[in-house]
Amino acid sequence: MATLTTTPTPAQGPRLIRVLRGTLYTTLVLFFCLLASSPFLVMGVVTFQTDQDLYKRGASPFDYEDMPTLEHLDNLFNDTRYLSFVRNSTLTGIAVVVVTLVLSLPAAWALARLTGRWGEHAGILMFIVYLVPPTLLFIPLFRIIVQLGLRDSLLSLILVYPSISVPFSTWLLMGFFKSIPPELEEAALVDGFNRYEAFWRVVLPLARPGVISVVVFTFTLTLHEFIYSLVFISSSEARTLSTGVPTELIRGDVFFWQPLLASALLVAIPVGLVYNLFLDRLVQGFTLGAVKG
Amino acid sequence: MNAIMSRWLDDSRLMGIVFLAPATLYIVLLVGLPFITALLFSVSTATVGDASFNYVGLRNFAHVWQTPAFRDALVNTFSFTVVAQIITIVLANILAQLLTAPLPPRRSARIGMWIARMLLILPWATPLSLSVVGWLWMFDSKYSPIDYILREMALLGPDTVWGPANNLIWLGKPLLAKASIIFVHVWRMTPLATVILMAGLSSIPTDLLDQAEVDGSRYLRTLFQVKLPLVMPIMLISLLFGFIFTFGDLTVVYILTRGGPITHTLTLPMYSFLVGIDGGNLAQGAAVSLFIFPVLLLVAVVLLRTASRAEIR
Repeated sequence: MATLTTTPTPAQGPRLIRVLRGTLYTTLVLFFCLLASSPFLVMGVVTFQTDQDLYKRGASPFDYEDMPTLEHLDNLFNDTRYLSFVRNSTLTGIAVVVVTLVLSLPAAWALARLTGRWGEHAGILMFIVYLVPPTLLFIPLFRIIVQLGLRDSLLSLILVYPSISVPFSTWLLMGFFKSIPPELEEAALVDGFNRYEAFWRVVLPLARPGVISVVVFTFTLTLHEFIYSLVFISSSEARTLSTGVPTELIRGDVFFWQPLLASALLVAIPVGLVYNLFLDRLVQGFTLGAVKG
Repeated sequence: MNAIMSRWLDDSRLMGIVFLAPATLYIVLLVGLPFITALLFSVSTATVGDASFNYVGLRNFAHVWQTPAFRDALVNTFSFTVVAQIITIVLANILAQLLTAPLPPRRSARIGMWIARMLLILPWATPLSLSVVGWLWMFDSKYSPIDYILREMALLGPDTVWGPANNLIWLGKPLLAKASIIFVHVWRMTPLATVILMAGLSSIPTDLLDQAEVDGSRYLRTLFQVKLPLVMPIMLISLLFGFIFTFGDLTVVYILTRGGPITHTLTLPMYSFLVGIDGGNLAQGAAVSLFIFPVLLLVAVVLLRTASRAEIR
């Protein structure tokens, strides 16, 4: 990681100070990186440790005394419901993405274009709704889900998750729609399209980057969600990753640590990569609606 | 007929209503309705088995208020959130300064920064319930890797400052358990706060910073008198998100301690879950979680007001 040796303000001050400053900079960045990634680094080590190695009192938890083993990964995929959690999370994620797009694309366009008093109120409503935490609603929603007969069904999550993703996605898309000049739509109208065709054929293709961000954000959101999944679903077949891993891989006081930590790491790495790619857009969505909305 | 049709198809106000209606209806049904149901539950005797409506006024709130566990939950929720937010915003400011510093024009520096960014974003990208399982292992009463490092540094074990025990038992002692929970919240929220602040810092016009440099302003002075006041609105937004996520969070406490030892790390969401879902008492569970609402509303209004005022100036 010597590659990080950098000087914050190049070509300033004498050489010694520059070097010292660069060292301090690198040390600080490395310290934060280590702090942020420490549980994941440990997960990476533990995944391949034998029981004997892992549960040796006083031995270093960071290296291998026995040969690293793939036994626990094998165990995770073949003897646990991990793959069924992955499938449930994927199915839920895809369905929620579809519902979110169907609801938030038109709403965002309306809020971006029709900046009347109604539009403004609805915009504020979206913001307030995004701030309502699941903690406040899980008890009445649990009752509603039970009454609809959706308990232990992924449909309960598909029904409820858009209540978190729609407000956020609507903001994010509002920003994209605002950046598309209305003249383009007007031109489409002159060409004989009606307004709905103009939206479908002209506006939507231009907002594609926004749509991709919404897909990414919504999918990861369903992957993250914990409370609703914990409360609505209690059968192990229907569990998703976020609740299945911590509840099913821990039985009473027995922890299957290697598969447990391996399963966390296997989700963390791809999601981390995706977040890194879409970071700037997600941040834009987080701040745009709040500051300008 | 066709003319009416095409007039409708070209009516932009009608289109606005048509486009806004599904999302609005959905939100009214899945957020508005449950919220009202929560209010109704809290003034009734609803349980999981029986949702018939018996009005009991504010008796649930009075009962909950007198429970010592609830008082603990209330105090913990506030102290965890406030302490975690203060630490988060300090760390996030340092990190944002580090990550927005100009890099030397070398390829290795860019690659290094990309890796650093990846590692730094992981706590926020990973589903919280999974990363907290990682922390459960880090805080393990026997095999904690943190304890191992402390032992190697001769801070823990026989004849040491924190000895003579070989383990700290992070989640088994009231103060350490509280500290662990706050730590995990800080760990989780710092990446988000950092990227929000970075967005704010990058939106500062460069000529302003150039002007400060021409005027002879040193690094720290520029930081405190130019940069920080300018990112203040966006810093308040990141505080708002941090506050709401931490205040309403069930995951960290549920997986690490379930509120224990005894009720030392109990929070309002955890207590609401224990009473309402585990205990089946929907009415009192709803009453507990409703205590969250006025606090969140107040914080949201105050922070957003301050943010928009700071922006006008």
